[in-house]
Amino acid sequence: MKAAQGSKLTIDRATGAVLVVVALFAPLIFTEYWVATLLTQMLFLGIVAASLIFLSAYGGMVSLGQVAIYGIAGFALGNLTTNGNTKGLNLGWAEAPGIVVAIVIAVAVAFLFGALASRSYGIYFLMITLVYSVIANLVFGQVTSISGFGGISGIPIPSWLSRTAHPDRLYFVTLAVALLVYACLRYVARTPFGLTLQGIRDDPVRMSSLGYNIALHRMLAFTFAGLIAAIGGILFVWWNAQIAPSTIGLSATIDVLVIAVIGGLYRLEGAWLGALVFVVLNNYAPRVSVVGDRFHTLIGVVFLVIVLISPNGLIGLWERATVGRRRVTPGDIAQERGSAEPTPVG
Amino acid sequence: MSAYGSLRRVGRWLLLALVAFPIVWVLFIASGTTFGSAVSDPKDFFITLLNGVTAAALYFVVASGFTLIFGLMRVVNMAHGALFLLGGYIALHIQRNSVGSGGALGISSAQVSFMQWFLPLVAATFIVAGVGLVMQQLFLRWNQGQDLRQALITIAISIILADQMLAHYGGVAEDISWPRTFDKFVNLHAYGIQYTLTRLVILGIGLLIGGALWLWLKRTRTGMVIRAGVDDRDMVSAMGVNIQLFFALAFFVGCGLAGLGGAVGGSFASLAPGVDANWLLNSLIVVIIGGMGSLGGAAIGALLLGLTTNFAAAYLPENYTYYSIIFTFVLLAIVLAVRPLGLYGRPA
Repeated sequence: MKAAQGSKLTIDRATGAVLVVVALFAPLIFTEYWVATLLTQMLFLGIVAASLIFLSAYGGMVSLGQVAIYGIAGFALGNLTTNGNTKGLNLGWAEAPGIVVAIVIAVAVAFLFGALASRSYGIYFLMITLVYSVIANLVFGQVTSISGFGGISGIPIPSWLSRTAHPDRLYFVTLAVALLVYACLRYVARTPFGLTLQGIRDDPVRMSSLGYNIALHRMLAFTFAGLIAAIGGILFVWWNAQIAPSTIGLSATIDVLVIAVIGGLYRLEGAWLGALVFVVLNNYAPRVSVVGDRFHTLIGVVFLVIVLISPNGLIGLWERATVGRRRVTPGDIAQERGSAEPTPVG
Repeated sequence: MSAYGSLRRVGRWLLLALVAFPIVWVLFIASGTTFGSAVSDPKDFFITLLNGVTAAALYFVVASGFTLIFGLMRVVNMAHGALFLLGGYIALHIQRNSVGSGGALGISSAQVSFMQWFLPLVAATFIVAGVGLVMQQLFLRWNQGQDLRQALITIAISIILADQMLAHYGGVAEDISWPRTFDKFVNLHAYGIQYTLTRLVILGIGLLIGGALWLWLKRTRTGMVIRAGVDDRDMVSAMGVNIQLFFALAFFVGCGLAGLGGAVGGSFASLAPGVDANWLLNSLIVVIIGGMGSLGGAAIGALLLGLTTNFAAAYLPENYTYYSIIFTFVLLAIVLAVRPLGLYGRPA
């Protein structure tokens, strides 16, 4: 039993190390299209999904509001750094202060969102955060002074990062940020704050009677996840050079949820695994004649099958394959019974 | 702790100001708006009020189905918006088939008789109810109690439904025609308001559905079992009631209300991709404000949402009307800050 756990850990670590090495040498292995388009997209979508998985795995909060935060960071950057010729405020700031202020704005909104949702649990939390996303989308679609329907285009990217300077630089920066985000989330999970958060996930009543401020911890966790999502938003805008309300609409919200669920809602690694599957399907499935334009039907079916067969996503299948039995974790959604009943606290 | 207490006191005053200011603004100030304050222009104030109440009636019809399903089964039906749109398209399809093609601008109301509007509406209600029932029996029945998984399943179904509707009906906005019976204005004999009959019909439908649901839940044996099930499913089941039958019934009726809402909503506004997201949003906001599973809460929530959206759109200064969506969020924020479970929500 113990030996099985140990060998399992070895397999996990070896696989992880191989994948990181492959990622580092990706430009030598894959075509430029794969690196600059698919893998870069995979990495920043993975960052956003990781912020969702962090909340779900360690905080027991499945948030659909991450895309709203991601979009707010992207729109803020667009408004701050563009200069003429596009919608929005066109403030024409330099990139560095623009990035900092965009992230600060997004994190402040995440703080407000978190403060409002932190006393809600389970499925209520999911619904409230979904409302955040839809409202953020409508705000950017309707308020013409900050964006309007068409969105903001021509958002500048630091010149040394642009594809004309070097095709792989943005990929490597995104990779570095993704690794950093992963390490940081793993670290935070082991700090006293992270441990408290996991305690709250498992038994809010007990943690409350031990004197922990439940709502405060959940709010801070949401804010922290908002920071991660905001970083993902900045990378997205660099990659895409434009952002429109439709990129943060309900379907984008669901896409990120699909990525997280395909990967597996209880391990951070799942974020990038799910993102890889999503990005590859997104690019290649439309070329299959049966699928054609009906990509979202395919994604819906894949999503449905994953939820029906393996509620822990592909990582869950991986766990089953490597350990040979189902790992039981508190974040396991198949076991999460009756969480709709909001736990009376405070 | 006292710092926290004083922070709460400040918060309470802030909330009070957030509620009081819009009311004072609409009644007495309203500078720079199209209509001016309610005191100076009562006619447009009452029209806005009526618009809010009639919109609320439609919000209520759709959200009551959502809250009925949640209340009994703890299933958050994320496909509710997609079922709304499906109901609208089914009614549209039947109406087009029975009336014929119509002119370049589609069918005009003069061509449509009452039955050519009413029968598609009834058909849409029952077909969508059937679709919902099949969905529940196939995908949701066997994983009762796993609420997150069930929500994810309904999200998957809504993705598939929305994409298939886009494939079959295209991306162009279309609308169901009102019958010529309703296509007129009525004199309300107050401030000389001529008000459109169609909106009053929607209000009537909302009141009818609300009354019928109330009678059903409060005055019949079925309703009694459902109310008991909302409070304690396991106990009702232990008393020998076949709770699965009632779950199926609640899902049938709840989804049927989404379909009915879609047929009415498609006549009132238009049907297009994205409408499903808006109606899912409306239903979510109504039940989050009112409290999940509470019919009275859904009515209050719908009324608050309808009034907020209509008054925000009409009484913001002219250059700022596009900020009206923010008030929906403010409404949600105020309610959640005071009552995290919604106005009529209670811990299950």
